[in-house]
Amino acid sequence: MLKVNAMGDACPIPVVKTKQAIRELNGSGEVEVLVDNEIAVQNLTKMAKQKGYAIRSSKLEEGKFQVNLVIADENPEVSGNAGNDGHGEETENSEETICIPDQRKRTVVVISSNQMGHGDEVLGKMLMKGFIFALTQQDALPGTILFYNGGAFLTCEESASLEDLRLLESQGVEILTCGTCLNHYGLADKLKIGGVTNMYEITEKMMQAESIVKP
Amino acid sequence: MGEKIEFCRGGGCTAKLGPGILNRVLERLPKGPRDENLLIGYDSRDDAAVYRISDDTAIVQTLDFFPPMVDDPYTFGQIAAANALSDIFAMGGDVKTALNIVCFPEKMDLNILGAIMQGGAEKVIEAGGTLAGGHSIADQDVKYGLSVTGVVNPNRALANNSGQPGDKLILTKPLGVGIICTANRVGEASKEAMEAAVNSMTKLNRSASEIFRRHPIHACTDVTGFGLLGHLHEMLDGKLTAVIYAKEVPVISQAFTYADDFLLTAAGQRNRNHMESYVDFREISFAMEEVLFDPQTSGGLLAAVPPEAAEEILAELGEAGLEAKVIGALGDVKENIKSGGKEIVVMENQPLI
Repeated sequence: MLKVNAMGDACPIPVVKTKQAIRELNGSGEVEVLVDNEIAVQNLTKMAKQKGYAIRSSKLEEGKFQVNLVIADENPEVSGNAGNDGHGEETENSEETICIPDQRKRTVVVISSNQMGHGDEVLGKMLMKGFIFALTQQDALPGTILFYNGGAFLTCEESASLEDLRLLESQGVEILTCGTCLNHYGLADKLKIGGVTNMYEITEKMMQAESIVKP
Repeated sequence: MGEKIEFCRGGGCTAKLGPGILNRVLERLPKGPRDENLLIGYDSRDDAAVYRISDDTAIVQTLDFFPPMVDDPYTFGQIAAANALSDIFAMGGDVKTALNIVCFPEKMDLNILGAIMQGGAEKVIEAGGTLAGGHSIADQDVKYGLSVTGVVNPNRALANNSGQPGDKLILTKPLGVGIICTANRVGEASKEAMEAAVNSMTKLNRSASEIFRRHPIHACTDVTGFGLLGHLHEMLDGKLTAVIYAKEVPVISQAFTYADDFLLTAAGQRNRNHMESYVDFREISFAMEEVLFDPQTSGGLLAAVPPEAAEEILAELGEAGLEAKVIGALGDVKENIKSGGKEIVVMENQPLI
């Protein structure tokens, strides 16, 4: 495994250094990159998605993120090869070939309130923030997190969980908030992360889930 | 000029704070009693302020400065000035006076500062204004820009959020300069690409503004740090929707290659984070998405024009040597339902009606 230290480097340097390391691999292998900001994690994730590399990232501490990219045999980095044009989720194949267990598609987290449990409001909000943070630390991430009713506040401005949700999203977790709920609470222009969804999709996601986690 | 500027972390408009962060701060600022002569202030999300001093005269004030995005100090001065002057032109105003804003390391060669300010001064003159003074402080890194004052007839000042459903969107400069400067920074931009970017960034928006003023256009803004989609989003102001035809958008073509090589800025990703939930990309390539989020330094004007006037305006812009194109159209917010709740739809081609 090659290690890249891109702490203190502004974009696009972390990506440039990582590409250099991938070239040095000269085939399959793993590159571990340290960066000091989330935007760099997102830019690395964007590259991995386009190139079909498997990617895992985690926050080690405040201002320190570790990103691991696994390059499979059939994906040697060739400079000048613009990569596949279709943008999005064609990472499944390469992830399977290198055997990173992917629980993602099967678990759906449903967040229907901005508080966790019933009781004191301050405590409930604190617990919910803790829950979402703890999600970022899991080895197997959920495929989707659905936010509805009071949960809609958590994907909007002033939510204490935006940073954690961004980190989840940067690792491929789909984040969806109920559009009706955003409108109801007057949050339509305050959404800060993820997409807007409807009851049809919410129902479908839940029906197709292998497990549903509801804090 | 042989001197090179020490390169800094993020030059040009890529150095702007992200729109998300900024909104949170701006919303909390005390506004004070409303002054009815302040026609355009930050509550309309414009970069400049327009203040009425008589029935037919308003002053336009703006301020813009940033770190270098090119090595050559004279070119940097030209770009920074063209960028600052652009805010007046986006309002449909005439430039009158400009003040220099300079941050410069004490230990650095003063000839470099001289070259930066010469580039800036020449652009102020070309814009029809007078350089009237300035302020400089010692700092670790070089930063340069201008505070510009212009005048505009308040009845004809162009706001950025007064477009109408059905308007055509005209963009007057190609996109991609942010990505190209970023590629240049890591030594991967070609000479031709950099020349095209510099040529675009040093070009004033004066002639575009003067052409727009001769026509009954509805809204105008300049495309800078928030990228095309970010500035379009401000133009829509929650009241309108837009469709963009990707094939029609002028782009410095090498930007696609560099985007596919992931030579991307942090600011571009921040723009993506802020804007992505508003945009429905319909089979648009990754590189084109990146170009649409790319922060522009001294970008072109984006205008909403009545459809019947679009062709004539475009012809005049072409005659003035601008690579302007109709890149899309505005729609009613009710169209949101059709586009699945997204404010902006980006499709490859204009559908044949």
